[in-house]
Amino acid sequence: MELCDLPAYELMRLLRQRKISATEILASCLARIETIDGRPGSLEPGEINEEDQQTVHAFITLTDDRARAQAMAVDKKLAAGEDPGRLAGVPFTVKDIFCVQGTRTTAASRILANFVAPYTATPVARMEAEGALMVGKVNLDEFTYGSSNESSAFQPCPRNPWNPQRVPGGSSGGSVASVAAGEAVLSLGTDTAGSIRQPAAFCGVVGLKPTYGRVSRYGLIAFGSSLDCPGPIARNVTDAAMMLQVIAGPDAHDSTAANVPVEDYLAQLEAGVKGLRIGLSPDYFKITYPDERGEYVQQAVPQEFEAAVRHAADLLAKMGAEIIEDVPMPNTRYGIPAYFVISRVEAASNLHRYDGVKYGYRTMEPVRDLNEMYRKTRAEGFGPQPKLRILMGMYVSAAQYSEQYYQRALRVRTLIRRDFDQAFDPNGKYRLHALLTPTTPTTAFPLGAVYGDSVLMQYADQLTVPANHAGVPGISVPGGIATDGLPIGIQFLAADYQEALLLRIARAYEQATEAESWRQLKPMVLQR
Amino acid sequence: MSEFIDRSTFDHLVHLAALELSPEQAEYLLRELNNQLKAIRELEAIPLDADLPVTLHGVPYTSSISPTLRSDDWQPFDRPQDILAQAPQAEDGYLIVPDIPHTTLE
Repeated sequence: MELCDLPAYELMRLLRQRKISATEILASCLARIETIDGRPGSLEPGEINEEDQQTVHAFITLTDDRARAQAMAVDKKLAAGEDPGRLAGVPFTVKDIFCVQGTRTTAASRILANFVAPYTATPVARMEAEGALMVGKVNLDEFTYGSSNESSAFQPCPRNPWNPQRVPGGSSGGSVASVAAGEAVLSLGTDTAGSIRQPAAFCGVVGLKPTYGRVSRYGLIAFGSSLDCPGPIARNVTDAAMMLQVIAGPDAHDSTAANVPVEDYLAQLEAGVKGLRIGLSPDYFKITYPDERGEYVQQAVPQEFEAAVRHAADLLAKMGAEIIEDVPMPNTRYGIPAYFVISRVEAASNLHRYDGVKYGYRTMEPVRDLNEMYRKTRAEGFGPQPKLRILMGMYVSAAQYSEQYYQRALRVRTLIRRDFDQAFDPNGKYRLHALLTPTTPTTAFPLGAVYGDSVLMQYADQLTVPANHAGVPGISVPGGIATDGLPIGIQFLAADYQEALLLRIARAYEQATEAESWRQLKPMVLQR
Repeated sequence: MSEFIDRSTFDHLVHLAALELSPEQAEYLLRELNNQLKAIRELEAIPLDADLPVTLHGVPYTSSISPTLRSDDWQPFDRPQDILAQAPQAEDGYLIVPDIPHTTLE
């Protein structure tokens, strides 16, 4: 096994014992990138050839020089007997939606393709301060608007390491692909409707969406400001806990970063699940979506998804957890319709700043005046998904429609929150410590199968988006391999700021399944 | 409440959004907008109590967890040239833009 395939906790142990160096760890990741990533995403990709279809394409910008300097600094500290930090020598990637000073920060959009950030996002700064090595900026859906990464202006877009003909999910697709393929050990993603958990499920890794406000959004290019959550992506629960420990906490630069003490996520990690109440809800074993005629149809999630969740429940019960069946979460189905309204209003508001004046792209066409410059710049700079969000956001928040759409969606959001309040109420009927669900209704779909149908694409997030409306934390962990050879993700959701509990439950499940045969399977790109 | 976005409303939105669209892109976006609107309509069927409040953030912000407000002090950025260097056109510390249209108010 290569160093790049080891867990972060193991790398740090070997590093502190001076058996390996940070420079060697980094070299291992860079060699893996060289072998399997193929060419990075670009605005002028030309034809996507045969070779492109077999490689991962996680990256937009490789920052190997930055990472080498960081690795040397870690090795120097170790040699001097100094503490190199809580993530010393661990290579990580950053979704290219976070500003990192001196790096191109593109949001996977032509309109920011030449933008070099003048400052660094808080979670990235905290990781670098603890000795982590920033290997590069990874691809995503344009401005995070998608669930497959196909909407990126930088092509070839990322592909699923388990099967490169499948999407990695999104929007943190480059993040999960880079971690699943051993190009990095950790990645920093964001989750607005499921954008950490859904791709983590598709690529067989661990993805944690913290409570809204648990991790600072300073330096994150905003999408839905009331929904966006930065969070860790890792190959195991312990690594995710170590990363969250570093990035969580209040921040003077973000007034929504809650002033809540950060728990010790590692102290309770191995404490088991004895006495914990874990719920199952029938509302998470089905999805509701509009068919071609706009009629709503309900469909059960695939049998093997429900089986993976029930298997997890059985294992947890054997370890002493109490499984509570039939927890009602009746407003789950309204998560997507409400999201179509709320996220679009917030996105439209956030996208007005891209005007060709202060930074980013400006049209090269001759223009008569400022207004024409705005129009041509935005027409050429934005792809179809940002345009769709601007137009929908403006429509549903217009004075004459706001009551009917935006205000109504915000009240439906209250109902979604109440589902969770009732499930987790310590004096209520269910008194859950966590809810256990499938993360997604399908495994990773083929490239081209959904892209273009903006409604169907959004419904990929049906089981993840309620946690964003409610603000509660959620974690997706690998829960098996489906008959199509692709990973299945299972999700645990908990009450506000209960990340320590979530990680502890996820860790217990991980331990209980360590010997299962599917754990031995490796992504296709690593089998060559 | 069954209206769809018609072409003239769409064109007005495009104008307000400071966009220009090719005919093919306009056709795609208008179709997708109306498809999304169909999905959004599901909200109309939900019975809502008259006194049901809106939720702006899922997690309630109380005085105990909201960060204390900092004083409104001017904090200079130490590398203003890095910010100005990002402007498509700048001169002597000013951002340059094409002619700004003026309308004389009556």
